[in-house]
Amino acid sequence: MLLNASGCLDGLTAPDVARSLDGFVTKTITPEPREGSPPIRIAETDAGMLNSIGLANPGRERFLAESLPRLRELGVPLWVSVGGFSAAEYAETCGALEGVEAIELNLSCPNVDEASESAAAIVAACRAATTLPLYAKLSPSAWDIAEAARAVEAAGADGLSLVNTLRGLALDRRTLLPRLGRGTGGYSGPALKPVALAAVYACSAVVGIPIVGMGGVQSGLDALELIAAGASAVALGTILFSDPAAPARIRSELAAEAYGRDLGHPLDARGVAHSSLQIIVSHSDNRGQKKPGNGRKLPA
Amino acid sequence: MRRELARVAGAELVGPYTLLRVDAGGLDVGMPGQFFMLEAPGRLLPRPMSVCLSSAGELGFLIDPIGAGTRALCSLQVGERLHVLGPLGNGFELDVERPLLVGGGIGIAPLPFLSERLGRPPAILGFRTDWHAEAAALVPHAEVCIEPTFVTELLSDEPGDVLACGPEPMLAALRANVPDAQLAWEAPMACGYGACYGCAVEIDGELKRLCVEGPVLQGRTHGFPMNPSRDGAPCC
Repeated sequence: MLLNASGCLDGLTAPDVARSLDGFVTKTITPEPREGSPPIRIAETDAGMLNSIGLANPGRERFLAESLPRLRELGVPLWVSVGGFSAAEYAETCGALEGVEAIELNLSCPNVDEASESAAAIVAACRAATTLPLYAKLSPSAWDIAEAARAVEAAGADGLSLVNTLRGLALDRRTLLPRLGRGTGGYSGPALKPVALAAVYACSAVVGIPIVGMGGVQSGLDALELIAAGASAVALGTILFSDPAAPARIRSELAAEAYGRDLGHPLDARGVAHSSLQIIVSHSDNRGQKKPGNGRKLPA
Repeated sequence: MRRELARVAGAELVGPYTLLRVDAGGLDVGMPGQFFMLEAPGRLLPRPMSVCLSSAGELGFLIDPIGAGTRALCSLQVGERLHVLGPLGNGFELDVERPLLVGGGIGIAPLPFLSERLGRPPAILGFRTDWHAEAAALVPHAEVCIEPTFVTELLSDEPGDVLACGPEPMLAALRANVPDAQLAWEAPMACGYGACYGCAVEIDGELKRLCVEGPVLQGRTHGFPMNPSRDGAPCC
């Protein structure tokens, strides 16, 4: 299953791109409207990019009244990303949502001040406010992300979204001043992939809830690696900026990667990275280690 | 919008700039003032470039090599291929009675295409040096000034319908002189199609995406300055 990472696609300005996904994740919605961070908001770096959009959004009331009805017309399962500055704010928005596929709790935006409560306390408050599936989006900056994952699972999360961006800083080469208006921003792109893989790998070992893996995915093989680390679904972020046709391409590449490993479905590779007897090798490697039919299929 | 792998048909130096021509293939060339996102070889993000020329099945882009991405684009050789996405954004309104084109520096990029569509109206172009001013040859009927003379000094009291593109100080000065001028602005952007929210600038008193609302804005204020240094802009 392919989704977009929250904040990396506007389903209203690019409906065809949203429809090419298995689900559309909205930008994070906060109770009050937010204009977002001052320009400049993005900067390319040597191995990725920084953004400091700052949760720009029309606020809960306008989202519910104007954006959500139009997004429903896309005909794509909707995931609503919810943010806030206290557990009560998160819970209020969750309680106001109905008829969507899932809610993703943005517990880890690097561009705004965080709520003072723990991620688990926010999840618990939201759990009490809605019966919709709740996915907790965690920060890869956590010292022990597996512990955070365990805590939000115990608090009632139905799934995890891993990972958000890492906080980063880029300086102007001439002035040596921050390139972004807000100073720091969220770091994304290919350099984030190993971080995402490590987070998915660590969390999938300790929780029983599904994981949406994201971070630096550019190809079907990248997506398969996240699945192998333990993800049940994959979200695309920065790649959508340069290639709006990426969902179809990556879906096709993912199917080919699975086929090349004698897997009936890409998700048959889920968790294979945890196996001590990992012998699934792509035919495309073509180094003679394997003939068709030798791959060991793992239970999904 | 459509994304295609386009073949480089030509790359010629025009003063310090490079006129990169690609086969248009099945791409809609769009309207003057609209732009395309060009894949910059070796870089993560594509670069926004307005259409400079559109003729004989080609799209031309005038590029100033001021950063890693624009240098990569200017280094492309005939026959190489790059992904091109567009046309994007809102171009100039062409239903004008007395058009006057005004451009500054690399901001003249959309004016050759605009000039063709408007029947080659008069133009005023400003450049830093004579070398940069070699690009004036791309715009018919152009009056050229070199710093320290600025384009606003060449405007008559009744300049007509001004359509302009250039550095922000020039656009701000024009806006002060001609409030209803059509001005094509620039902002760093990662996607060009409304996905990244990176190109937000102040429009009508709010931060809005320039790629969705613009880049051509008429009679709508745009915050200034927002980009004091171009060195760090990802559009470079």
